[in-house]
This record gives sequence, structure tokens and C-alpha cells, in this order.
Amino acid sequence: MSVPHEALDFERPGLFQRILLRDWAYMALVLAVAVTAYAMYGHMMDRYDTGGLILAAGMSAWLGWFWRSWQLFSIIVAALSLFGVWLYGDDLARGESVFWLNYIGSGQAGVMWMSVMVYLSTVAYALGLFTRSDFPYRVGAAFAWIAAGAGLMALMVRWREIYLHDPSWGYIPVANLYEVFVLMVAMIALMYLYYEQRTGQRGMGAFVMLVVAASTTFLLWYMFDRDAHLVEPLVPALNSWWMKIHVPTNFVGYGGFAIAAMLGVAYLVRHRMERTRPDSRVLARIPGKDALDGVMYKSIAIGFAFFTIATVLGAMWAAEAWGGYWTWDPKETWSLILWLTYAAWLHMRFTKGWRGPVMAWWAVIGLFVTTFTFLGVNMFLSGLHSYGEL
Amino acid sequence: MADHHSSAGKSENPSPSGSSSSRGQARPPRRSRILVEFLGSMNLAITLLVALAIASVIGTVLVQNEPYTEYLIQFGPFWHEIFAGMGLYQVYSATWFLLVVAFLVVSTAVCVYRQAPGILKDLRRYNLQVKEKSLRSFPSSASGELDQSQEDFLAHTRRVLKAQGFRAREKTRDGETVVAAMKGRWNRLGYVLTHVGIVVICVGALVDGQFLLKVNEWMGNVEIETRSIPESQVPEISRVPVSNPSFRGSVEIPEGASANVVFLPVREGYLVQDLPFRVELKEFRIERFSTGAEQSYESDLVIHDPERDEPYETTISVNDPLIYNGYAIYQSSFADGGTRVEMEAVPLGPGALRGVDFPGRVFDEREIPTPDGRQLTLEFIDFSKVNTQRLLDEEGEEVNVFLGPRVDMRLVDETGAGLYYRNYQNPIPQEGAKYFLSGVRESPAQEFSYLFIPADADDSMDRFRTYLTMLHDPEVRMAVAERSARNSGDLMGGEGGQQAIARTVAMLMQTFAEGGYPAVDAAIEERIPEGQREQMGGLLFQVLNAGLQSLYMEVLEEEGVVAITEAEQRWLEDAVSAINAIHFYGSPYFFRLDDFEHREASGLQIAKAPGESTVYAGSLMLIIGIFLMFYVSYQRVWVMARPADNGTGTQVVMAGTSNRHRVEFEKRFAHLKRWIIEQKNVGDSDTTDSASSKNE
Ligand code: HEM
Repeated sequence: MSVPHEALDFERPGLFQRILLRDWAYMALVLAVAVTAYAMYGHMMDRYDTGGLILAAGMSAWLGWFWRSWQLFSIIVAALSLFGVWLYGDDLARGESVFWLNYIGSGQAGVMWMSVMVYLSTVAYALGLFTRSDFPYRVGAAFAWIAAGAGLMALMVRWREIYLHDPSWGYIPVANLYEVFVLMVAMIALMYLYYEQRTGQRGMGAFVMLVVAASTTFLLWYMFDRDAHLVEPLVPALNSWWMKIHVPTNFVGYGGFAIAAMLGVAYLVRHRMERTRPDSRVLARIPGKDALDGVMYKSIAIGFAFFTIATVLGAMWAAEAWGGYWTWDPKETWSLILWLTYAAWLHMRFTKGWRGPVMAWWAVIGLFVTTFTFLGVNMFLSGLHSYGEL
Repeated sequence: MADHHSSAGKSENPSPSGSSSSRGQARPPRRSRILVEFLGSMNLAITLLVALAIASVIGTVLVQNEPYTEYLIQFGPFWHEIFAGMGLYQVYSATWFLLVVAFLVVSTAVCVYRQAPGILKDLRRYNLQVKEKSLRSFPSSASGELDQSQEDFLAHTRRVLKAQGFRAREKTRDGETVVAAMKGRWNRLGYVLTHVGIVVICVGALVDGQFLLKVNEWMGNVEIETRSIPESQVPEISRVPVSNPSFRGSVEIPEGASANVVFLPVREGYLVQDLPFRVELKEFRIERFSTGAEQSYESDLVIHDPERDEPYETTISVNDPLIYNGYAIYQSSFADGGTRVEMEAVPLGPGALRGVDFPGRVFDEREIPTPDGRQLTLEFIDFSKVNTQRLLDEEGEEVNVFLGPRVDMRLVDETGAGLYYRNYQNPIPQEGAKYFLSGVRESPAQEFSYLFIPADADDSMDRFRTYLTMLHDPEVRMAVAERSARNSGDLMGGEGGQQAIARTVAMLMQTFAEGGYPAVDAAIEERIPEGQREQMGGLLFQVLNAGLQSLYMEVLEEEGVVAITEAEQRWLEDAVSAINAIHFYGSPYFFRLDDFEHREASGLQIAKAPGESTVYAGSLMLIIGIFLMFYVSYQRVWVMARPADNGTGTQVVMAGTSNRHRVEFEKRFAHLKRWIIEQKNVGDSDTTDSASSKNE
């Protein structure tokens, strides 16, 4: 009856066996790109820049192995970004004269495409809730991939555009609200796509993409109403190497919390419908409570872990820029509040064993705290985080 | 829905036998034990977390550390008293807030203290004495009967568990063998690291908090200073000796000057902290972007330390501090360091051409007599050399307007009341013409209202001053009025009529010069009966304007201008508006900035934070701990095997548990079951899933 023991598949393949040929090829490509970049521009880089290059290459290689979809995605984004940068040459004015840049590949055009794709994705996922077929979900996912790609490409190209504006201004485009919103939209979309692939629960998209669409709407308003996309030089305190790691880390945190909150919404909707309309077809399209709960925990966990790192990095930066690692600046204080909110959530779940609607509500409220930390502090409270005032 | 997994954290050991949780229950609780129980309880911890969060919210909503007078205005005396009493203006150093933090630290420490030994023991205890009944009660459990011998089965089981990364122990009693296996023990260490990390961070922060200072203040050894007096006059009781282990203060040092103290802000006052060295500022520089915005600023410092033979020279800039003997010196801001300003007090009335030289220095004050004999004092508040404004031009493109140097002043009268002024040195382009701008406001909270004095073709104020002087000169006025009347004379008929008109023109001009249009309005109202006012009033304004125009002709003639361009016509309109506005300006002088000798001051932040590395170490523990807790999954599996009753086969019961990821663990367990009990490939199964390969 049983297979010989030797043939059973419980032997875990070693690390090297688990890396496929395509993984090796991808890592080699990343390495080649990094080495080329260093060979071409190494003479202009200080040790922080070099460290940043190594970090970026290492992260990309690791991500590619950990999540294979990242491989093709990152290659396409990098290629489009390089193409845009190449088209610009040394002349910012080409942004208006070259067709590709004007309509597709510039920072500004990329953001517009990202926005369109986010809305299309949101609509497709929403349709998916009301159909039997998974086709709308697949379309929604495809649009979400394009949105994330367009957003990241836009940031990359904008990076170059800032230098073209005035070389002395140059900074990485995560310094003002406009830029970080683009980052956030791309980040949430990517994190979501990862969870969707891992769990196969496509119905989460209808909820998660809503928050992405809301962010996009804010971004567009901010852009059209406040000319937020115009490039401004940095204030001296922001001109720091720390910013490059502090800000993106923070947005992994915010992204995780945002996804968790929307899954909380899905959970609550499902919870309600199970009682009020148990036969509804829509109900069958919403992932099960356990699945939602599991992903909610995972996204809070990753959000919490990265937010902790970001806060510590922020403290170290503050120590360097303002002379104190913790000064109870409103932004710092709200980071603490946000952190405590989720620390308490984790405790309730793991030491008190709470589950269900209460934790879902808590995650939803957490999004409000997140939003206030991210936006409200800049809008309503004064402090040293001088960038991104509304 | 508290299931087994979620309660795993509470009992120290996720064991199904419950043997460990019965420890010490028989003993009557001692009082210290109750205290420990209370301090280490989750409810207290969560309450404290929430309290800390709420206190933090208050601290951000209520702007902290403002002068008390501001709060008094904002909240009124009643609430001000209450808020001040509760320490809400300095939440983060309020006693109750520190108590909450202290309790949280104690609570976390107690929690770790209570849990850690259990956890560590747990890591070594495999729980071999589980009973079959409890194994069967696990949510993840399975059983079966195999025709394999017990020996073969155990050998197989060991191989599977080992290959899957489990460490196992086994024990046989009465023919029944229990294999107890676990993996991911680092997860449990993560708990310890996380919570110890928090305690370490708080301890480090406490070291750096101004705790000692607070104690000394309570004991009356230190008293805060609230007056703004020179540092040298601050009494001994408000000074903090060098021995203070931690502080963070700031000081502004003008170029060429030095300081050996910093100021520590405390509530509504400050303390003076002595430093063991003297910091001299040699030079301060600001680098600017093409827009005029600051790109970076830096200070050339010289540290004079009696311990050193030679002074230590260095340069610091934003984001690049100097760490000197445990003192960190940061570039945090900049200010004026007492720029010398050469001013000219231009009377805004008779004698506008005879200005008085009026040199001053920022932060100084000087007295100045007014034409009507009052005594005013001019305080020089601030000077700023580069000022820019970003505007959108007609095409919507951004442009930077460079406004040039400016000086901020306050003019105070004998009663102490005064107005704030902001004067720009250079004329500033505005819609095609240039103006000397002077802003005036009643308090720093208001926006400035500006007086626009038109510049002449040479970008100077001379023409305006000439015009103003002539307007205030009765003889000139009369002459101009006569000429103006002659020009329109024939209309009015006769010499006598012309004389009368000339007198009226002169009179109107004088009224305008002395009181602006409101005075002219008032005069018309007084002199002309109601019925004729409309008609006559309009006529009189025309006459006045003709007079002002004639006066302008006179000025232009003196300058040698013959043809009047549109720009010159506009100049007159602007000048007349300016003269009208003088009566709302509130100062008898226009203080014109002639020249200056710029002196900047660098704002330094100096801190001593011996706890900083402790805080970072705690942070590192916290981060590592969190990752261990989240991403290493702690799993236990038990396999129990005994010869089957029929004698040939083996009877098997297995169960497993994990403290996280229930759904995943169930999949994982299903795999184990398939390998161990069913002895089939997972890949063959019809319920394929991807738990074993995270790469899809
Ligand atoms: C600021 C204070 C605290 C923070 C930030 C904090 C943070 C955390 C985090 C992030 C977790 C992991 C949750 C998870 O398993 O996913 C955790 C677990 C836990 N915490 Fe805390 N904690 C704090 C204070 C306390 C206190 C005061 C206690 C004791 C009453 C406590 C007891 C526990 C316990 C028992 C666990 C579960 C460990 C396990 O079995 O996995 N924590 N804590």
C-alpha cells in the first residue's frame, strides 16, 4: 500500500535546490545591472550611495526569489524607467516634445496612468463581486499590476526630472506628500497582489482597491488643486540619507495597516451578511472569515514590523538632524500612538485570544489613526515635520 | 472564539497535559504574589497602553510649551488653571505621565520576569508525558493503524520530522512510544527580546529624560528663570552645573562671539546649563538654491576646552553634527546676530528731504523725537538679507521674486503701545512699476498692511520726497495753486475769481497733505451745505487733483523731464495714494534702510544623551524580537505509537499545535499526517496546495 520511504516527498529540498534556473538568471541580471551602474557612476557615489545600491540590488534579488512575480515586474518597470530617463537626455523640455514622455513615460504622465488603472482595477474587482466568473477579478489584478508599475516608473523618472530641473535640488522623490502618495498607492497595490497570489482569495481586491482608489483621489485633488506635483527644493533637514530608507519603510507599515483595515471591512460585511442575507450570491464571493482574519493578521504583522523599524530609523535621523532622538514632535507622538494601537491589537489577539468583529473594527479604526498620523498631523498640528503641509 | 492556539501565549507551555499551569496553585497567594500578578497582568498592560496613547493625543492637540499668557488668552482663567494644574501644557514631563510610563515599564518587566523562566524551560521540555486523550482533543490531530512494525514506523517518523526541521525526543513506557518534536524555538525567544527591548528603551530614555533636574526642582535646589535677562545676570539657583548627566538645550551664538552655556527650556521659563568648554562661532554660512530657499547651513566652530592644549576647529551643518566628548553639537537654526543697520529717518511730512541718519543694531533700541515733540523709541527686531517670494506669472509659470534685504522694527510710544514695521531696502517690482515697501501691523499675529511708495526712474525715493516736501510747503502750494487757477482761469471769469480758486486749491492741497482724502471729505462736509455737496464735492476733488498734478509738473520740470509718459502719470497716482495712506501708517517717519553690515548668529542645539546607545540597543532587540515572533513559527508535534491490538501493526495518534497562523498550521499538519500516517506523497494528493513550497 505505501510507497517506499525513500520516494516520499517530505525531504525538504535544500536552499540551492529551491532556487530555479530563472531565479538564478534574475539574480544574475540584477547583479549585472548593479555592477554596470557602479562601473558607470561609481565615481560619483559616496559610501552611502554605494550602500544604497547594494541594498537595493540585494532586496530586489531576494524579492525576486521570494515572490517570483516580482522578477518580470521589476524588469519591466526598470526598463520603462530607463527608457524614460534616456529619452529625456539632458533636457527637461523633451518632456513636452517627445510623444512617449508627454503621454506615457514622464513622471507626471505615469502618475496619470497609475490613477486611471487604479480606478479600472477597483471597478473590475467590484464587478467580480457580482458575477460568478473570476474573470473580472483577473482583469482587476492585471490593472492593479499596471497601476503599481506605472506608479513606480513615474517615481523613477521623476527622480531624474528633479535633477534636470536643477542639479543642485536633486533628491529622491519621497520627500513631499505628492510623491509619498504615489509610493503608497503602488505599495498597497503590490502588497495586496502578493497576498492575493499567496492565498488565492481574489475577492479581497474589491475591498482593498477601494482604499487605493481613495488615496488616488486624494492624490489627484492634491495635484490639480494645489499644484503639488511641481518640483520644489528640499528644506535642509530633509536632505539626508536617512530619508531614503525611513520613508519607504514607513509606507510598508502604512500599506499593511491599510490592507488590514479593508479586510476588516470585508470581514464586517461578511459577518453581517451571514446573518441578514445568508443566501446572497455576493456573500459567496467574499472570502471566508478565517481567510480574511489570517491575511488581516499577516498584514498587520508586516505593517507593525516595518513601522517599528521606520520609527527607530526616524528616531536615529531625528537624533542627527534635530539633536534628539525623541522630542515629542506631533509626528513622532502620533507614530507612537499608532504603534501602541497595533501593539494592543496584537496582544488582544494573542494573549486574550480575541477574534471576530471586534478585532475587525479595531483594524478599521486603526486606519483612521494611520491616516491621521500620515496626513492629519501635517494638516492640523504644527511640528518639525515641515514637509507636505496641505 | 478563543481556541487553543490563541490561548497558547497565556499558559507558559502549549502543552495539552496542563501540567505546568498547575504549578504553585495549591499554595495560598502571598501579598507580593498578588502584586506581581497585578503588575504583570495583560489588563493592566492594555490599560496603560491606552492611557499612554490618550495622553499622547492630548500632547499633540494642545500645543505644548507656549508662553502661559497665550494659554490664558486661549482658554480663559478658569480652564487655564485646571489645565496648568494637570500639567497639560507639558504633558510629556507631567508627573502623572511619567508615572504611566514607569508603570508600563514595571508591568512589562514583571511580565517578562514571570514568563521568561517558563519560556526558557519550555524550550527544553518536550512534554513526553502527554496522554492519548489530550492528543485526541487537539484541533489538529489524527490517528490511524498501520501494518508497519512499531520500529519501522518510528524510524520513518523520525526521518520525516528531522527532514521537516523538527527536533525530537522520545520515550517508551509499557511498549508505548511518544515522540515529542518542536521547531521554531526562536519564536519564543522573540517574546523575551521584544519585551526586554521595550524595558531597555524606556530605561535609556529615562536616563536621558531630565529626571534628575526634576528631582532637584522638587527639592528646591533649582528654580526656573522666567525673565529675559542677559545670561550673566541669571542667578546661581537657575544654573545647572556641568555635572548634570543629560540635557538638551540651545543657544544662539553671533559670528565672532562664543558661549559656554546653553539654555534649557523648562515650562514657562528656562535654566542655564554650564558647559565644560566654550564654543566660538567663527563664521556662519547659508547655501541657497536658485530660488533663494536655503539648501543648507553650516557653522565654523572653535571649541576652547581647558583640557586641550589647542582649540579644536570644525564645521558642522544640518544633518552633520559634531560629537565632542559625549556632547553632541547640532546645527539647528540661524538668526540675526546683531546686524548693524544704517537707517535714515525720513519725515513723512514737512522736511521729507531732510532725513536724519539713524544707525542702529538689531536687538538694540533708540529713541527718536517726533516733529510734534513726543518721544518715541525704535526697537530693531530683526534683519534678513535674502527674501524671496514665489509667484505665478501670467502664463502660470513659477517665478521667484527677490525682495532684497529687509529690517523688522517696532515703534513704541511713551505708553508702551506700538506698531510693528517691516521695511525693504530695495524697490520691489509690482505690476510693472517699482515700490518701496513698508509693512505695518499691530501685533505679530496679524498680516502686514503695506505702504507702497513709488520709486522714481533712478530707483530712488527722491522724487517722492521732493513731491512730499513741496506739498507741505505753503509757498509752493500757493504758487502752484495760482498757476493751476490761471490755467483754468478763463472758465471762472476774472482776476477775483482766479484768486478765490487759487486759495481754494491751496487750501485743499494743504488739507490733503495733512490728513489725506478723509480730511478733504470732512472739510467738504463741514463747509458745503448738503444740497450742493454732490456737485460741488466732485468739482472740488477735480480741482484738488488738478493742483496735485500741477505740483507734479513743477517737480518734473525741476528734474528736467519734458514729455510725460504713461509711467510718470502712474507714478503720480501711486504717490497720491501713498500720501493718502501715510495717515493710516502710524509712524511720522519712514525708516529707510541705507546700508548694513550683516552679522548672523548660528542656532546650536547641544545635547548630552548618555542613554542614546541604550535606546538603540533596546530598539534593535525589539526589532529582532518582533521578527522572530512574527516570522518564525513555533510548532510542536507529538506522535504516539504502540503495537496494534491484533499484534502485527502499529496504532498511531498524532497531534500538533502552533502559537500562530492557525490556517497554515492546519495545512502543515495535514502534510505531516500524510507523510507519517498515510505514508503518501503530498504531491499525489488530490487536495494539492502550496504549503510546502512558498515559491508557488
Ligand atoms: C509597550 C509595551 C508592549 C509592546 C509594544 C508589546 C509588544 C508585543 C508584541 C508586538 C507582541 C507580539 C504579538 C504577536 O504574537 O504577534 C507581544 C506579545 C505578547 N506580549 Fe507584549 N508588548 C508590550 C507589553 C507587554 C506587557 C506589559 C505584557 C505583560 C502583561 C505583555 C505580554 C505579552 C504576551 C504574553 C505576548 C504573547 C507572547 C506569545 O506567546 O507569543 N506585553 N507583545
